[in-house]
Amino acid sequence: MRTILKIRNLAKQFRLHLQGGVRIPVFDDLHLELAEGEALAVTGPSGKGKSSLLKIIYGTYKAGQGEILVRHDDSWVDLAQAEPRQVLEARRRTIGYVTQFLRVIPRVPTLDIVSEPLLERGIAPELARERAALLLERLNIPERLWSLSPMTFSGGEQQRVNIARGFAAHYPILLLDEPTASLDQENKARVLKMIDEARDQGSAIIGIFHDASDRKAVCTREFDLTRAA
Amino acid sequence: MTKPLLVAENISKYYDGRVACEKVNFELWPGEVLAIVGESGSGKTTLLKCLSMQIAPNAGRVLYSLRDGRTESLSDLSEAERRFLMRTDWGFVHQDPREGLRMGVSAGANVGERLMAVGERHYGRIRSTALDWLNRVEIAGDRIDESPRNYSGGMRQRLQIARNLVTAPRLVFMDEPTGGLDVSVQARLLDLLRGLVRTLGLSVVIVTHDLAVARLLSTRILVMQQGKVIETGLTDQVLEDPQAPYTQLLVSSVLQV
Amino acid sequence: MTTGYNFAYLNEQTKRMIRRALLKAVAIPGYQVPFASREMPMPYGWGTGGVQVTASILTPGDTLKVIDQGADDTTNAVSIRKFFVRTAGVATTEETEKASIIQTRHRVPEASLREDQILVYQVPIPEPLRFLEPRETETRKMHALEEYGIMHVKLYEDIARHGHIATAYAYPAKVNGRYVFDPSPIPKFDNPKLDDCAALQLFGAGREKRIYAVPPYTKVTSLDFEDHPFSVQKWEEPCALCGSTTTYLDEIILDDKGKRMFVCSDTDHCRKAQEKAA
Repeated sequence: MRTILKIRNLAKQFRLHLQGGVRIPVFDDLHLELAEGEALAVTGPSGKGKSSLLKIIYGTYKAGQGEILVRHDDSWVDLAQAEPRQVLEARRRTIGYVTQFLRVIPRVPTLDIVSEPLLERGIAPELARERAALLLERLNIPERLWSLSPMTFSGGEQQRVNIARGFAAHYPILLLDEPTASLDQENKARVLKMIDEARDQGSAIIGIFHDASDRKAVCTREFDLTRAA
Repeated sequence: MTKPLLVAENISKYYDGRVACEKVNFELWPGEVLAIVGESGSGKTTLLKCLSMQIAPNAGRVLYSLRDGRTESLSDLSEAERRFLMRTDWGFVHQDPREGLRMGVSAGANVGERLMAVGERHYGRIRSTALDWLNRVEIAGDRIDESPRNYSGGMRQRLQIARNLVTAPRLVFMDEPTGGLDVSVQARLLDLLRGLVRTLGLSVVIVTHDLAVARLLSTRILVMQQGKVIETGLTDQVLEDPQAPYTQLLVSSVLQV
Repeated sequence: MTTGYNFAYLNEQTKRMIRRALLKAVAIPGYQVPFASREMPMPYGWGTGGVQVTASILTPGDTLKVIDQGADDTTNAVSIRKFFVRTAGVATTEETEKASIIQTRHRVPEASLREDQILVYQVPIPEPLRFLEPRETETRKMHALEEYGIMHVKLYEDIARHGHIATAYAYPAKVNGRYVFDPSPIPKFDNPKLDDCAALQLFGAGREKRIYAVPPYTKVTSLDFEDHPFSVQKWEEPCALCGSTTTYLDEIILDDKGKRMFVCSDTDHCRKAQEKAA
């Protein structure tokens, strides 16, 4: 399988200007490679920067130093240096990200939220909605909720909506931040199966899994941040 | 398209020697939504007016890629060309819809005006296009002949948007478009704007002091303080990992609910 | 003729100034030329603009006809005619064919005009764009850049409200394919007469200090929509006096019970038609 992500010499620290300019180092000289069909579990105690690493790859956090090379349309793009529009383009078609918390515009129906990544790719609205419906069904979101905004849903429902959205379109690289955290056993099993399927289709996955058994169930490799940093 | 739609080069504007905005540089690419944020008096509205040629900057220039492929400095265009651009290829959504609407004529005429301005002379077609646009901004068709005076604030704002978009502009400037609206109405408008931006492939420059609006609508942010751009980047990156001290202050000052 | 006045009341310098404005107006058909309108010995709204134009082009050999709403015997027409008799001593007539200069308010004579005639209109508001754009700075720019979309906004509103273009007088038209102008408050029935007219047509607005012109044989196109084309008023009955079916009719109320009749507004034309029939 081809390498799809190469991280070299990555360093990151936060500088909190409002607190006297204190510097909080996250990592220094981090290296990481990932190939298609791999599922990498990022491990380490909390506060070691597991979520930060995903956010840096996605561009939500700014890389301090180093390169984040992503294979996008068969050429390498360094997301640490790329223009915002190149990052957005990579997000549209190459890197998907399921965050821990759902962030949406109030009043927008669940079905539309899940369809959005497909619409962004120019897929016809009916087709996008069909695919979104399929995912919501699979994730046990009752159909009567589809036309409602997920803002009033329970934590577990919100997370499943978030996962449906993340899996609506196919991404060569998928970043998953605790995708199973607030799910019951049945739903957790469904999500893990979906992750497995995505990997079978060649997606490279980087995930944070609180639960060791989940980690073992879907991941092909572990990446320990305490040792990497 | 492989070149920016609009390029701001060293835009500076002074009022009586006082800096309103200084040495602003950025590129806006097709389909991008750029939010200019900052507190009152930071120069964001002045910058928007310079970009949209409502006022002339003291220094710098704005390059625009015209529909025919030429890239021209806006100050080099004749006034006729500039005004034509403004009512065809551009839109401007004011915070107060009364500034952007003709309050004395019906909603239908408000939407139809730009069509008539570019030579449409078929009443039936103008009317059906106006109806279509009212529908797209979620205004009931049977209110087409009403004056916007009868409309609520949210409806007026949506009418203003329809009036601007009817000629399929490529670039829309917005000055605090949700500023005067109730929170519930804001959400509806934001959702509508997002949908229109996506389906029409619009490029947008939006001025707002509301970081939540910037977050939901924009792809990129430009943070201004005392007339200068102090930080710029992807919207989520600027809001979640702000670098400049002022941006950190701005982001940490947002009230959470 | 009363002595002590300069010929036709205005001094020669003023006439020269107005003639220069007239020449410019003829050179740019439909364009509103500013001029230094003088105080006239009559109130605004009584035709001070038309009177100044007439005074500036009048020669001792002219024959003047003055009409108001098509009639020669209404107060405004009588006053202005007397004014020029006193100050210029020119011949006057009520017959359209015999006049060399016709000053008019609210009508164009029914008889077609000739090349050796001049029609002078009294204009209250020369700016057709003012309805939607009150700023003079902006309307001037709109004329300069030929931005006339908003005229159609007015017509659109008409159709939306009434189902047809309800504007019945001061109906906007485009002169020579360039300037949109206000033909003064004549009924739209008269608009077609302005088009390709053999006579020179001059427009004076005294209070607003504007002069404009339609030179002989100039194209004057009334604005409209493709699916709501320009049309003129029609009456279901002929003139009660002369029986004409092709002229502009006034409705005259005869008593308190609502009895009414329709008669030609052009009194000269109606009288001639009656004489011919008799």
